[in-house]
Amino acid sequence: MTKDDFILKAEELYKSYRMGATKVKVLKGANLSITKGEFVAIIGASGSGKSTLLHILGALDKPSSGVVTFEKRDLSRFRAGQLNRFRNKMVGFVFQFYHLLDELSVLENVFLPAMTGKSIIGWIVCRRQAKDRAKELLGQLGLAERIKHKPYQLSGGERQRVAIARALMNEPTLLLADEPTGNLDSATGNGILEVLETLNRAGQTIVMVTHDERIAQRAGRIVTLADGKIEHKKLNNF
Amino acid sequence: MYKIVLATRYLLKRRITYFAVLAVALCVFIVVVVMTVMAGLVNEFKEKNHRFAGDCVVGTQSLVGFAYYEDFVKLLEQQDFIEAVSPTIKSFALKRRRGSGQDAIIEVMGIDPVRHSQATGFGDSLYYHADDVSKTFEIASDANLAGCVLGDYVLLQDTYSRNFNENNIPRIAYSISCFPLTARGALAQVGTDLVNTKTFYFSDQSSTGLPRVDGSIVYLPFDQAQVLCGMERSPKRASRLHIRFMPDVNIQAGCEKIQSLWQKFRQDKSDEIQAYTLDTVTVQSWKQYRRESIAPLENEQTEMSVMFGFVGITTVFIVLVVFYMIISHKSKDIGILKSIGAANIDIIELFSLYALLVGIIGSGIGLLAGWGFLLKINPIEDWLFEHFGFQLWDRTMYAIGDIPNQVEFGMLATIVISAIVASLIGALIPTLQAARQKPVETLQVGQL
Repeated sequence: MTKDDFILKAEELYKSYRMGATKVKVLKGANLSITKGEFVAIIGASGSGKSTLLHILGALDKPSSGVVTFEKRDLSRFRAGQLNRFRNKMVGFVFQFYHLLDELSVLENVFLPAMTGKSIIGWIVCRRQAKDRAKELLGQLGLAERIKHKPYQLSGGERQRVAIARALMNEPTLLLADEPTGNLDSATGNGILEVLETLNRAGQTIVMVTHDERIAQRAGRIVTLADGKIEHKKLNNF
Repeated sequence: MYKIVLATRYLLKRRITYFAVLAVALCVFIVVVVMTVMAGLVNEFKEKNHRFAGDCVVGTQSLVGFAYYEDFVKLLEQQDFIEAVSPTIKSFALKRRRGSGQDAIIEVMGIDPVRHSQATGFGDSLYYHADDVSKTFEIASDANLAGCVLGDYVLLQDTYSRNFNENNIPRIAYSISCFPLTARGALAQVGTDLVNTKTFYFSDQSSTGLPRVDGSIVYLPFDQAQVLCGMERSPKRASRLHIRFMPDVNIQAGCEKIQSLWQKFRQDKSDEIQAYTLDTVTVQSWKQYRRESIAPLENEQTEMSVMFGFVGITTVFIVLVVFYMIISHKSKDIGILKSIGAANIDIIELFSLYALLVGIIGSGIGLLAGWGFLLKINPIEDWLFEHFGFQLWDRTMYAIGDIPNQVEFGMLATIVISAIVASLIGALIPTLQAARQKPVETLQVGQL
């Protein structure tokens, strides 16, 4: 594997928060490289900084120091507009609590990222295409019959599949999943993991955060975050 | 596009939004109703004053009047921008209704009814002779008797009736007594004839709609009023000239022209024996002439506008509080939108659009409700008066028939735009704070 194969690389990431008078150091020089097509699970104890690392990788947060490069471009050098486009086009987020908009239908939630990146005229031009894409994704995830429902009318597993469909709407290079099964029962969570595995087999690069080692076993590679650093690396066979 | 969709959904789905819409609607309703009625009252009051005074008044406050007015009237009548001129005598007098034994102080106004009706709205204010003002002072039963016209409140005080039978004018005699003055202001007569007294018979009543005028004035024939006040001796004197301009003449411009004519006239008369009586003469537009009456009402309108400015500020605060509550509930949505690529400006636009919709719908509802209420305000007041004896406006104070309810579209547009701007201002601070929120904080990902 050469340096050029990495689509995402984090080097010497430090992140600290101030909690009252105390400064909490969460990341203390974390290094991580993600290769195209990988399914990487980041595991660690609660409070180890997994989610913080994921948010930094997805440009939802900034490191106190260190560099994150995406396709050889330093994210810290991105201007606000470039970061917005990066979050819109290059990465898709799947959150533990789904984070769907209750005012929108399932279909609208899914094509929302396509709308976000377009002007009114741009949206009118590509509206049909975007809706077809959203319907196709929902069909692939077994939600074809639910497109007109509101998120609160769905089960937890269905909501998470809607969130995955939304994350995939703009065909992102990287899918970032933060405890995607953390709020689901075992069977439903298993279904979500199967979806992620299927996507990965189709070539989707995925980085998943979890505290559960059994779930992490479903990923191609597991990295452990402990004491603010990536300590242990393990390759799974699949 | 998603901003329009989301803003609309927030509006429809969030019940708390209805409070903001209601607050805007109520404020617009109140402002539309009160400002329309108030503006109507003020405009009507101004129009009544305009009709009473004509377009321009040349005259003096002095009770001795000014001389050579006939020459100036001739000069004015030669001007192509002037439609009519009416010289008048104005003074104070004692009025005694025959048989009552009580004197009352009144203002007498000597007029030529035809000329005065041409220059002012006098003719329209008459009850019996509105169609033929030339007979205003005629007493049908005896052509030798002199008539007088009483302001309708003067008549009310005397007879407790504002209107008599239309065909039979009652025969009521009044003794009017004046102190005739010389051009220098001294009493014109000495000894027992200190006072000029003459009997006049009620010939008509005048209702200008101005309570202070209608409650104090008695109109007399010009020549006889001139004699009563001692202004008939050569050179004859008058108190004021009421002037009406041609319809297309701007009042201010017309007054300025008359001002220059007057300056020249005064110079020309500077060598005359009573030139000093011209020193106190002023040229005033009707607004200046009646400013003592109009100014308090205009002040009242200004005070009302300031008060409604505070109502507008209250609206801003209500919208601000409601938007704080809405945005605090919607912080997760902000995080979601930012996680899929929305920029800070997108968040500002989203919530500004939301506030704009609140402003448009709230002001629209308030406007329609206010307009509807204004259309029915008089029937509502009639109903209240019939059932509870309640009147919104005391007619003895405001001298109005119906409550004015003619909406001014310029004012409506101003109110609606102000309400929308108030909504946007109210939402501005919470919106800016929302835009500054970090997605990781709003998504409640406190777990490390």
